[in-house]
Amino acid sequence: MRLWPQFASDRAQRPRINRTPSPLVARGTPWLTVMLASILPGLALIASAPVLPPLAFLVFISWRQLRPGLLPVWAGLPLGMFDDLFSGQPFGSAVLLFSAAAIALDVIEARLPWRNFLTEWLVAIGLIIVYIAMGLALANLSGAHTPLLVTWPQIVISILAYPLVGRFVAMADRFRLTPFLEIR
Amino acid sequence: MAPPANRRSGFSRRAQYTMFISYFAGVAGVLLGVVLLVVSFVQPEAFSGLRNVAADVTEPAGHATSTARAKGKDVFGTISGFFKAGSEHARLERELAVAKVRLVEATAIQLENRRLKGLLGLSQQAPRPIVVTRLTSSTAASTRRIATLASGENDRVRKGMPVRSEMGLLGRVLDVGRSSSRVLLVTDTESLVPVRRATDGVPAFAQGSGDGGIRIKLINLGLNPLHKGDVFVTSGSGGLYRPGAPMAIVREVTRDGAMAQVLANPSDADYVIVDDTFAPTPPPAITPVPDSQ
Repeated sequence: MRLWPQFASDRAQRPRINRTPSPLVARGTPWLTVMLASILPGLALIASAPVLPPLAFLVFISWRQLRPGLLPVWAGLPLGMFDDLFSGQPFGSAVLLFSAAAIALDVIEARLPWRNFLTEWLVAIGLIIVYIAMGLALANLSGAHTPLLVTWPQIVISILAYPLVGRFVAMADRFRLTPFLEIR
Repeated sequence: MAPPANRRSGFSRRAQYTMFISYFAGVAGVLLGVVLLVVSFVQPEAFSGLRNVAADVTEPAGHATSTARAKGKDVFGTISGFFKAGSEHARLERELAVAKVRLVEATAIQLENRRLKGLLGLSQQAPRPIVVTRLTSSTAASTRRIATLASGENDRVRKGMPVRSEMGLLGRVLDVGRSSSRVLLVTDTESLVPVRRATDGVPAFAQGSGDGGIRIKLINLGLNPLHKGDVFVTSGSGGLYRPGAPMAIVREVTRDGAMAQVLANPSDADYVIVDDTFAPTPPPAITPVPDSQ
């Protein structure tokens, strides 16, 4: 059994027959990427204003759009809870918003089964704006009083970053299904 | 793109139940989110333990990235410095000449201060900082401004201690974990710091405005005496923040105060200093006079 994926050059020479993706990687990658996305923006810079996109949320809806059903509808509960540990928002806001977004995505998908890049982006734009505005509202309910105006740069950055996040998720998806376990 | 075909449960009981339960769990997630939110509104401290554990766990990674951040900033500084070297040099020489004179003056004043304090019998010294450490991460995606400090209970950091850089006040400690603690930055809208104008002591409150700036709220309303460029320092009233720490510089005068820029940018601070909580010396107790009727 081989534990590590082989390099591309390596793979080209050898036959890929008799290999299968690891079920652990295939199942775990989406969860791991969302959790990493919860931690990374905080480490990137000590910001004095909300500037970075809510990366975990972007990765979460990207996975739900790219591979519907891979992350279950209830995935917002554990992933949101993890995000709340690092986000600084009142605890539970990501649990609520992630779960609600997953359900909303499913409802939209049932109505618009055929989709392309543009419709997916438009749906995501709607979700991102609602997510950031609701995050602000919940933070303000818990004692802060930040004006809505402050979040505009963040909303614009998040909307523009979404296709990039989608690219990254697609890369992670290819990695997820790399067959590197030998079948015995 | 065609819709994925595997979403229909068909006649399979098992598939139907699985689908129903996953949606049920999704709705339960929403409801649980609401419950957690209500708990955190009513009792904001309820989840600080969990958050401290999370911050402790990610603290080593934060150490690495904060070092990288400092290095990256140096690179940009070096490049921009290369282009500005000549004019910078000339300006610095001029400033140095002025500064040398000021230094002599300052030494004289210091000596006089010491003499006068000796006369008054005061022995006031700036206390030693609790710990010098790094800021490892911050809530860059939230509207709350909370940063994580790379020191905690093990380094004698306690709740409420003010955090500053050499440039000025950054915030105060909100929660303390074992090896990390969370800091409410002064730019958060919930942070309120009593300040005074450095030149004449006009009292005011400095409240974060959420966008990286600070709103100066005057205590004496009426004619607004502020001007662009006024520097505010902490006044120390009410304790907590030691008086005299530089805080903000006025950027724009408003009707009832001013919008100000923070002097200590947390992203520029390589190292930050945690001070002990400031407690002003209480006034002497009034001794009741016996038989005062």
